[in-house]
Amino acid sequence: MVVEAATVRFMQGSEAVAEGAMAAGLRFYAGYPITPSTEIAEILSRRLPRVGGVFIQMEDEIGSLAAVIGASIAGLKAATATSGPGFSLMQENLGFAVAAEIPCVLVNVQRAGPSTGQPTAPAQGDVMQARWGTHGDHPIVVLTASTVRECFDQTVRSFNLSERYRTPVILLLDEVVAHMRERTVIPAPEDIYVLERPQPAVPPEWYFPYEETDADVPPLASFGEGYRYHVTGLFHDRAGYPTLRQDEINPWFERLFRKIELNVDEIVQTQGEMLEDARTVIVAYGSTARAARQAMKEARAKGRRVGLLKLLTLWPFPEEQIERATRTARRFLVPEMNRGQVRLEVERVVKGRADVVGVHRYDGTVITPTQILQALEAH
Amino acid sequence: MTMQTLPPIHEYLRSHKKFPHVWCAGCGAGNVLGSIIRAVGHLGLDRDEVAMVSGIGCSGRMPVYADFNTLHTTHGRALAFATGIKLAKPNMQVLVVMGDGDALAIGGNHFIHAARRNVDLTAIVVNNGIYGLTGGQVSPTTPMGAYATTATYGQIERPFDIAKIADAAGASFVARGTVYHILELEKLIEQAIVKRGFSVVEVISQCHTAYGRLNMMPTAVEMLKWQRDNTISVAAVAAGKSAEGKITRGVLVDRELPEFTDVYFNQVVARAQELTGRAER
Repeated sequence: MVVEAATVRFMQGSEAVAEGAMAAGLRFYAGYPITPSTEIAEILSRRLPRVGGVFIQMEDEIGSLAAVIGASIAGLKAATATSGPGFSLMQENLGFAVAAEIPCVLVNVQRAGPSTGQPTAPAQGDVMQARWGTHGDHPIVVLTASTVRECFDQTVRSFNLSERYRTPVILLLDEVVAHMRERTVIPAPEDIYVLERPQPAVPPEWYFPYEETDADVPPLASFGEGYRYHVTGLFHDRAGYPTLRQDEINPWFERLFRKIELNVDEIVQTQGEMLEDARTVIVAYGSTARAARQAMKEARAKGRRVGLLKLLTLWPFPEEQIERATRTARRFLVPEMNRGQVRLEVERVVKGRADVVGVHRYDGTVITPTQILQALEAH
Repeated sequence: MTMQTLPPIHEYLRSHKKFPHVWCAGCGAGNVLGSIIRAVGHLGLDRDEVAMVSGIGCSGRMPVYADFNTLHTTHGRALAFATGIKLAKPNMQVLVVMGDGDALAIGGNHFIHAARRNVDLTAIVVNNGIYGLTGGQVSPTTPMGAYATTATYGQIERPFDIAKIADAAGASFVARGTVYHILELEKLIEQAIVKRGFSVVEVISQCHTAYGRLNMMPTAVEMLKWQRDNTISVAAVAAGKSAEGKITRGVLVDRELPEFTDVYFNQVVARAQELTGRAER
């Protein structure tokens, strides 16, 4: 199907991810089957060959992300999708992509865990793994979505941020959002902002793939285009060659963090609702944000001053937005399908200036508006 | 001969930037790199069109010295990264350098599947039968009875035969050479590069530092002599010499099989586009 103008469709979150990826210019997908993310691979196995792109089913998730990074170095927009157990296997090469600064998009449709857990049941237990799953100190960008339309938009945004900042971007969804079907407006192609990978403006002999630049993101030349350079997971100098020199390692390491930290205004997105006078602020993300919104409406109907802060970026953590909410809030309520991974972050930012209360479920069942309302009344 | 080999070294090595290298004096890795460079030089390949990919270990450090598009990946994953490069840029020559532990232990799954898919990659496995960079632990090709830092009482596991695995897994081309037979090695690598499909060259190499010193061959010279005395060429076997107790060298498998990128772009993409065109009409 070729989308020409804005179209209205009844579609699934996974479908929206696949459509968003195609709209963003995806040309390479490597993956391994795993519930509940497999629909993304199935759709892309049909879509990609039609535009001359590559779909390949690899032998495991380790090889999948490896192939994705290889294709990205060779110039294609590349992505993979998986769920918990596969996400665990991808951590090694995720760190490689961070260190070597190779753009790629990794969709993790979370399921209940740890271990094999409940493959078809929803959870939000990978928030901290997405942040710290790969070893060593490193920055990361993690987006999320709570509607099918957001699955589309956030996929496009994942590619754009990944290409702009030369970083892997993780799109952290949950089983409910990926499998849910709802009426969805897909924007016309001309209304979708797609960033193409910036190319070096200098001849090969002047090119340094890890050079300090004003924007902290040196352009990435593609293999096979005349810019012969070295890529490694070892600490490296501006040319990409391994180095043990602190005067080369420190500036690189600092730039790696700075390119993300100085751009949180562009990377971090949240949606606030009824926050102006909110005494209680519900902080929620993914499918849980849908229940939170309903709970907020019902509480408002009873005259309670409740607002909703929906997170669309999980990492870097939306510190400024939480900080702003502390101006009116006496209490934060954090519903999530885990034992409090985002709640701990909210506590870190709030620093005791308001109560932070968690509403948790981790048995493979969604959090209902009723459960959130009960927590509102109880505290 | 010596004069003819000099130009490729200047052409294809990052001679002004990355030397001296990290390997021990007497290590076979440098000889393998030399053979690869001479093979590429003999074929007259454009540096821009060549990618060299490696994993982790002593062999993993090889690409940094070569003036190609070079990628030093994670342990065992070189073939999976290389698969991505090859599919994204099908016209590139992708050379993958791995050690025995890299290719057959941690990377064993990627190795058999790359062979099964028959992606047009040239896999060069530097087989020294030991984990050298970490200081001499047993590898999947350490001979039974040999000593290693993690086999103080001798290795009790049977070693893999790399060439047999590559053959059984479906590679188009499989060859075995040694560092001692260096001119032969160069020709085998050249044939492997030219061959369309997944090509494997197993190179029996020496690590006197980590392996030799524990196994009564404390110098590189003794290990090279071992390679001379314990291998026999397939040509000599064909001429009637006995291969009893010896490792065969030469081209072991050379067959025509459908290559993955050819099949993908000529059949899958063409079919998908034809069906799409029909649906839109």
